[in-house]
Amino acid sequence: MVTVISRAGIWLVLLLLSFAAMLAAKDSGFAIHMGVFALAALIGLWVSISKPDYSRLAKGLGPKALADNTRYYDDVIRWGVIATVFWGMAGFLVGLVIALQLSWPDLNLEPWLNFGRMRPLHTSAVIFAFGGNALLATSFYVVQRTCRARLAFEPLARFVFWGYQLFIVLAATGYLLGISQGKEYAEPEWYVDIWLTIVWVSYLAVFVGTIVKRSEPHIYVANWFYLSFIITVALLHLVNNMAIPVSFLGSQSISFFAGVQGALVQWWYGHNAVGFFLTAGFLGMMYYFVPKQAQRPVYSYRLSIIHFWALIFLYIWAGPHHLHYTALPDWAQTLGMVFSIMLWMPSWGGMINGLMTLNGAWDKLRTDPVLRMFVMSLAFYGMSTFEGPMMSVKAVNSLSHYTNWTIGHVHSGALGWNGMVTFGAIYYLTPRLWGREQMYSLRMVNWHFWSATLGIVFYAASMWVAGITQGLMWREYGADGYLVNSFADAVAAIHPMYVLRAFGGLLYLGGAAVMAYNVWRTIAKGDIRNEAPLYNIDQNRDADRPLTAVPAE
Amino acid sequence: MSVKKIDEPTGTETMGHEWDGIEELNTPLPTWWLWTFYACIAFAIGYCVVYPAIPGLKEGSHGTAGWTSRGDLAKEMDAAKAARAPVLAALDATPIEDLPKNADLMAKAVAGGKAAFKVNCVPCHGSAAQGSVGFPNLNDDDWLWGGTLTDIQQTLTHGIRQPGDMETRNSAMPAFGRDGILKAAEVQDVVSYVRSLSGLEPAGAAAQRGSALFAANCVACHGPEGKGNRMFGAPNLADKIWLYGGDRVAITNTVTNAHAGVMPAWNTRLDGATIKMLAAYVHSLGGGENFSQPAAPAAAEAASGGQ
Repeated sequence: MVTVISRAGIWLVLLLLSFAAMLAAKDSGFAIHMGVFALAALIGLWVSISKPDYSRLAKGLGPKALADNTRYYDDVIRWGVIATVFWGMAGFLVGLVIALQLSWPDLNLEPWLNFGRMRPLHTSAVIFAFGGNALLATSFYVVQRTCRARLAFEPLARFVFWGYQLFIVLAATGYLLGISQGKEYAEPEWYVDIWLTIVWVSYLAVFVGTIVKRSEPHIYVANWFYLSFIITVALLHLVNNMAIPVSFLGSQSISFFAGVQGALVQWWYGHNAVGFFLTAGFLGMMYYFVPKQAQRPVYSYRLSIIHFWALIFLYIWAGPHHLHYTALPDWAQTLGMVFSIMLWMPSWGGMINGLMTLNGAWDKLRTDPVLRMFVMSLAFYGMSTFEGPMMSVKAVNSLSHYTNWTIGHVHSGALGWNGMVTFGAIYYLTPRLWGREQMYSLRMVNWHFWSATLGIVFYAASMWVAGITQGLMWREYGADGYLVNSFADAVAAIHPMYVLRAFGGLLYLGGAAVMAYNVWRTIAKGDIRNEAPLYNIDQNRDADRPLTAVPAE
Repeated sequence: MSVKKIDEPTGTETMGHEWDGIEELNTPLPTWWLWTFYACIAFAIGYCVVYPAIPGLKEGSHGTAGWTSRGDLAKEMDAAKAARAPVLAALDATPIEDLPKNADLMAKAVAGGKAAFKVNCVPCHGSAAQGSVGFPNLNDDDWLWGGTLTDIQQTLTHGIRQPGDMETRNSAMPAFGRDGILKAAEVQDVVSYVRSLSGLEPAGAAAQRGSALFAANCVACHGPEGKGNRMFGAPNLADKIWLYGGDRVAITNTVTNAHAGVMPAWNTRLDGATIKMLAAYVHSLGGGENFSQPAAPAAAEAASGGQ
């Protein structure tokens, strides 16, 4: 009873505070956001009052029948899988829209749906909403299985999930309302940052709590990666978002850091968002799902140790390569470059460990489209972690920087590596979490695989061509000592590439739509599509007879 | 509990741990992987010796190569500047009137002007100098203020209606409608007349009435036949080129409210040689006029030979 009252009390105080802040807000964006907060607190209040079984409480029996501790706690993971699919579709769709806006600027709808507001909506939706939910769901799934322990602090885990969704809603609506602190991948303003900090610390508590109560003597490598991701993202988030609010009732703040220091902190954050959110976290995913799907042991324990420590030690220094040829001191630029180069092999360690885990199971690639997704994702991981160090080399960077080559590079990583490994994990998890024999259709998984792969090829290839075209046109000097092209000339030259890129995005979105249907069907109906199996040798029974003379007619 | 065994397909020993069915092989680090990693580290150390890399209290290390990004930029900019220097010096020494006599220098000036145009002029006049509403097309031979090299140089140097520039080209068309000089119906008559000059509509009764109004109000600047006057930058109304549009609505707006487009004086931003190059480039686009012959189409064509 005390728990019920104190929980409801916390929600009530939050509700009143946010309602008061809404009324006293200095700007309409802040008022709307405080309204969203108040609504969320109201829902929290309602849940904490309506859920408990009061007849049990009255008898002093404790909150409700004890959870089944003989099973893992999978509710949050089920919600996470659905959220991953939902936000994925939203993020890919917005990505397609902004690709079309770049091709045909008339599609900019001022002010709420212009490119400037839609672009962070896209990046946050795919990185933090799609990728973040995938990380939340898989980390809770993997940490329980590999620790042989039920999730610690279940109510806190539920709070982590719903609190994270609230963060996403606040971030997304903020962008469309024009609320942004202008830091790439860290656009949400101070009050949203504080909320995310609370959610993230809770996440750390649930994850570490589960590791602490594990029944296995050793901590599995996937959990090292997940843990490094959670801790480092907390650190990055706290430092990069240090700011002083202009008013505690307004949606604006001033950063602690100015000028080149601000740029360096921002790209220390930005690069490690890639390094720890999109690499370390997803390597955690890879280290569980690839050996499970291939049903093979991990290739090399030694490699996993060496590449883990090398990766997390080296990644954190590589950020300054985003600031080549800027006001950043030369020595910092040099360090950014050489740490990126040293990072090449530690990154590839993960790829090798993933791919070579298929030793003895390569034949499964012919029959298992889910395994194919994992292998394709590792291939793209390898490509983009080679491309990254290469682009950090100053001579290459002087051509590639500020061009679409960078856009192509991040998307070969994001669509190829992060997207594919997440799709694979969703196809692995969905039948298991909802107690189905298999996905509704493996053929559809295969269509998704090819549609997504083709989409990435269109995307990356067109952006390589566009980027190198831009880089060469910008620097082209005529024999008489003058620049040959105006900026607009380069824009006109890459227009066809922009259109091709949008087409690639359409293919990728189409594949994801097939997945969404497949997942929905598996969850909602649980039937299996009547379809030809993916791999079948023709038995050719007609020919299965001795050769005898046929009498002439 | 930790049982090491040999994995059949690979013949490698496992570590003996198992998590949820996942085991790990005790495969050594791939040799090529390890040596490439070492090579990258060696390269990084070497690079840090050669290039600035180590931060200090006052300044970072300089590196044995003495390379700096500022120095690198300065070197490249100096080289480009040095390559251009002879042409710029020659241009400084040559009055723009004499430029056509020196075909080589003229060609170089046009090339330099083309580059400068892209940086400075494209936002208003368009990437192909085609202009847009309110911003003249520079490819034709229809000049508001004159199309010789000196005319264009003057326009570039001091601009059009540039506030604060004593030598800027200046004129102001009265807002005939807004200021009540002409009544609304009279404005419509003038519009009919103006449109009839270039055959956009037949000369009817309205144009007849407009003709008288035109003679009373407009000829001072636009001339008796509406062919314009470069002294005031008054456009030729008898051709089919319209700076602000030639339909009834556009011309009604022009007569009612008048326009007074401004072009900046570029002498505050560009040096004299660059302005000469821009003048040469604009002159070369197709409509440049020779000094001796005023705007005859044949002369304009001859002048465009420099492009």
